[in-house]
Amino acid sequence: MSDTKRLKEQILAISGVNPRKCMKCGKCSGACPAYDEMEYHPHQFVAMVEDGRIDQLLASDSLWMCLSCFACVERCPRQVEPAHLIEGVRLALIRQQNQNHLHAEDIPPKLNDALPQQAIVSAYRKYSK
Amino acid sequence: MQRIGVFVCWCGSNIAATVDVKQVAETLKSEPGVVFAADYQYMCSEAGQNLIKDAIRDHKLTGVVICSCSPRMHEATFRKTAAAAGLNPYMVEIANIREQCSWIHKDKAVATEKAIILGRAAIAKVHLNAPLTPGESPVTKRALVIGGGIAGIQTALDIAEAGFPVDIVEKQPTIGGKMAQLDKTFPTLDCAACILTPKMVDAAQHENIHIYAYSEVEEVKGFVGNFSVTIRKKARMVDPVKCTGCGLCTEKCPMKKVPNEFNLGMNNRSAIYIPFAQAVPKVATIDPAYCIKMKTGKCGLCSTVCEAGAIDYTQQDELVEEQYGAIVVATGYNPIKLDQFDEFAYAQSPDVITSLEFERLTNAAGPTAGTLLRPSDGKHPHTIVFVQCVGSRCDGGKGKSYCSKICCMYTAKHAMLTREKYPDTDVYVFYIDVRTPGKNFDEFYRRAVEEYGVHYIKGMVGKVAPQADGTLLVQGSDLIENRQLRLNADLVVLAAAIEPDASARPLATKLTASMDTNDFFTEAHPKLRPVESPTAGIFLSGACQGPKDIPETVSQASAAAAKVIGLLVKDKLKGNPCVAHSNEMMCNGCSSCEKVCPYGAITYVDKEFRMPDRTTAIRRVASVNPAVCQGCGACTVACPSGAMDLNGFSNSQIMAEVDAICK
Repeated sequence: MSDTKRLKEQILAISGVNPRKCMKCGKCSGACPAYDEMEYHPHQFVAMVEDGRIDQLLASDSLWMCLSCFACVERCPRQVEPAHLIEGVRLALIRQQNQNHLHAEDIPPKLNDALPQQAIVSAYRKYSK
Repeated sequence: MQRIGVFVCWCGSNIAATVDVKQVAETLKSEPGVVFAADYQYMCSEAGQNLIKDAIRDHKLTGVVICSCSPRMHEATFRKTAAAAGLNPYMVEIANIREQCSWIHKDKAVATEKAIILGRAAIAKVHLNAPLTPGESPVTKRALVIGGGIAGIQTALDIAEAGFPVDIVEKQPTIGGKMAQLDKTFPTLDCAACILTPKMVDAAQHENIHIYAYSEVEEVKGFVGNFSVTIRKKARMVDPVKCTGCGLCTEKCPMKKVPNEFNLGMNNRSAIYIPFAQAVPKVATIDPAYCIKMKTGKCGLCSTVCEAGAIDYTQQDELVEEQYGAIVVATGYNPIKLDQFDEFAYAQSPDVITSLEFERLTNAAGPTAGTLLRPSDGKHPHTIVFVQCVGSRCDGGKGKSYCSKICCMYTAKHAMLTREKYPDTDVYVFYIDVRTPGKNFDEFYRRAVEEYGVHYIKGMVGKVAPQADGTLLVQGSDLIENRQLRLNADLVVLAAAIEPDASARPLATKLTASMDTNDFFTEAHPKLRPVESPTAGIFLSGACQGPKDIPETVSQASAAAAKVIGLLVKDKLKGNPCVAHSNEMMCNGCSSCEKVCPYGAITYVDKEFRMPDRTTAIRRVASVNPAVCQGCGACTVACPSGAMDLNGFSNSQIMAEVDAICK
């Protein structure tokens, strides 16, 4: 599976949204109070995730302009729930940032006698995947 | 022992490519009772049928097994073949080795083995077959049409023209239905009243048509050809024979603050009223919920002014029972309620209206005498926004999942007529898709855009907010321009989804006619029997079967009439002999069968029986009306004592088939 495909599946799993239900009516973007602040609008999030153009969304500030007011969720006639999808993209980005690739073999060289054993274990749990 | 002939069809390569037909014929020939077996390329062809006929005569066959396609396809064909050769048609059994065998298997050996097993089961059944003769029932040559809109009127007129008496039952005080409320009709823009009211008058004056206005169907009994229907004639408190429709009572009535349903509550009427000037029958009706005399006993002004002496405050509902051969459902539609759609501010602002309300606002007989004025302040609107698909194409709780079909066209009509009459008005239409499949429909929509300059915007309105200055802020998306639009509108018109009339569901129960999940009546076959209900003798006309515009409704109405005429010209109906019957000696009178019968074919009777000790006893036993029974077999399954059995599909026949398959 390609990275894009994996990312798309991750977003769909997190959000529980099925973008194929969208009939492209644009009611979400018609309802959105943050529309003017966004480079990509709610209906575009739905289309772009479905299309696999997720990197553009991850790089865009639009991700953080959504107020999560759920006007789009409330008004979508097809129950696509765009705000949940946007939240899914946000979470996917946050989870990517937290992956700092701490591997078990990286730990011994970093060991310090002053470091409590417990801190090492919890750091491993936290930063390894 | 039966003398059975087995006929294996190749169906070209449909069967023969996957099933070794020669081997099937050869193997089945050695089954007990089989005296003849053959295979042929197309058994349903004339040559194939002759093969069967000759074998029946030459080998004195008493039973026939055809290994071919589904019985739905050619059972009737082969029964006719057998009858032509002098064999009872119910001695023919079909083993379906096409749909249930060759089409679903790839391995020829496996498919051949299965075809032999299916043939064996059919042979086992034929051994227990008995000749059956269908019963006959007479046909009452009179039709009932339920609903007096354009669909019901057209169906009634066509049946009446063919020479059969028809009754129309209409729950409103007048016939005419939704079409009477419309202003102009697409795509030719004729005025609805000009083309509808002559038909209403034709119906009223036709010697073969009787109109039960302000009446409802109370109860339906019987079966195809022999329905008995109880009609409730609701009390009008006015004698329809004496009333001349002069309207003096409606002028003098002191109670004038009754919301006028004909104008969708946009103005008021009096408590005694005639819905509109061209009402048929033109008879006044007292609304007991508002009439001062009915509520307090004091007033009686209408009675005083009525020169015909038609007012009768003591009138009661009247029940009439009529006999019919066929029933046509033409119950029509209504726009949905919009209380689930707060975002459009329908409840907050009187200037947000539905399309049907817009029709009344532009109708010369409407509350504004045809001048388009805002309901809030009576001023001329300069910016009008139309919103399509309000409640249509919705997935989930709000609205309807289907496309309401008529909205694209009537919205184009509204937009065009507005621009024609008021060129200083800006008209916007928000659409998801413009759907115009119909003769001259797309040309009509394009005229609205190209000649009349209506602004069509691909997108949906997300919010309508009433402003302090009395305008409406409409916020919607413009997907082509990739922008969000904000318009200050004076009037917002919502194309509300349409749904079947609320009376349809209880009526379907009375008729035992099936409906879909949206409460539209189901047709017997979506393509090939579109105007018949699966329940024999029940026919469908107009929007009760699905959203329809006027041209389509009229076509379907005439089609339904043709089907009714086809039924009524028959003197007798041949029944289906494969019906249930009860073994009275085994029946314990438990009523289980009566409860599960979807057609109301089973009744219980008290019968005298001679008991073994030479006494007589009265026992309650089930009795099946063979003319009503459709042979579904539900009762045979429900019967705990095994008394119910189905002709042609008896319990022993089915067990014999199972045994043959499991051998």
